[in-house]
Amino acid sequence: MTEPSTLIQLAALGDLFPRGVLPYLVGGLLVGAGAAVIYLATGIIAGASTFLESTLSYVSDVPRFNRLKYVSSRGWRVVFTVGIVSGAALYAFVLNPSSWSVAAPTDVQWWRLLGGGFLVGVGTRLGKGCTSGHGVCGMGSLSNTSFVNVATFLAVAVGTAQLVAAVGVAP
Amino acid sequence: MSREADRRETPEGTTGEGRPASGTATERSPWFLPLIYVGGSIFGLGLAVSGMARPEIVLDFLQFEDFGLLFVMGGAAVVTGIVFTVATRYLDRAPLTGDAYTRRLKSFDRNVVVGGAIFGVGWGLSGICPGAAYASVGIGNYPVLLAIAGMFLGAYAHGYWRSRHTNETEQTAEAVSE
Repeated sequence: MTEPSTLIQLAALGDLFPRGVLPYLVGGLLVGAGAAVIYLATGIIAGASTFLESTLSYVSDVPRFNRLKYVSSRGWRVVFTVGIVSGAALYAFVLNPSSWSVAAPTDVQWWRLLGGGFLVGVGTRLGKGCTSGHGVCGMGSLSNTSFVNVATFLAVAVGTAQLVAAVGVAP
Repeated sequence: MSREADRRETPEGTTGEGRPASGTATERSPWFLPLIYVGGSIFGLGLAVSGMARPEIVLDFLQFEDFGLLFVMGGAAVVTGIVFTVATRYLDRAPLTGDAYTRRLKSFDRNVVVGGAIFGVGWGLSGICPGAAYASVGIGNYPVLLAIAGMFLGAYAHGYWRSRHTNETEQTAEAVSE
C-alpha cells in the first residue's frame, strides 16, 4: 500500500461523509439506547408512527383508531413523543445551541413537507411501521418483513429524491 | 380480567407472533410513564445529535451526497439487535409491566411492500420521517410542523379508508405470516 493510494482512499471517504461519521454513529447509538431502555424496563418495542393513529383516537370515531391496542396505549405514546421532543430540545438548548433552528429553519419547500408528510402518514400505517419500527426495531429483530419494508422504502426514497432534484426542485 | 382480555386480543397483522396492546397491564408500576419519558428523551436526543431532525441531511443521503444516515440506522439497529437477543434469551419479564420480552415480528403481506413504497415517496419528497419530525420540533425547526400535519392527515385518510373497506380480502391477506 503506497502512500498516494492511501490518501486517495481517505479523500474518497471524506467525499462519502462530508460531515464526518461521529455524529451519525453517536446519534444512532443513542436512538438504539432509547429504544433499549424502554424495552428492557417495559418489554415494549416502541415505534414513532403508531402515535399518529393512537392519538387520532382522542378526536375521531373511526373504528380503526379506537381498537383496544391503540386506545390502551395512546397515553404512553403521547408521553414517548413528548420525550422525543424534549430530548431534541435538550440538545438544542443545552448541548449544542448552534443547532437551535428557529432563526434558520429548513429550506425544504412547504409543499414537499406537507405532501411528503401525508404520504409518510399513509405509507407507515399501511406498511406497519416506519424508520424506527421497521428500520431500527424490526431490523434489530432480524424480521424479514422489516428487511423487505426497509429495502423498499430506501430504494423508492432514493429514486424520488433524485428525481425531484433532477427536475430542478431545490431544496 | 381486563388484563387477560388485553392479552388475548390479537391485533391484525401481528397474528400469533406480536405482543398485543403493549403496556396495557393494569398493575403498571408508577415508574412506567416516567421511564417511557426518559427513553423517549434519549431517543430524541439521538435523532437531534444525528442530524435526522434536519430534512436536508436526509435528502443529502438520498441524493448520495452524505452516507452518514447508514450509521444512524445501522448503529441503532445493532443496539436493539443485541438488547433484543440478550433479553429474549436470558431475561424473564420486564420489571415495570411484567410482560415477556419478544422480538418485533410482523406478518408479511402485500401491504408491507405497497406501504413501504408510499412511505418511500413521502420520505424522498420531504426528507422527514415520524420520529425525526418530532425531534425537529424540539430543535425549533418549525416548518416541519407541516410535515407532522401531513402525517396525521395521511394516517387519518388511511384509517378512514381501511375502516370503510374492512372486508374478507384484507383478512385473508393479513393471515399470511412471515
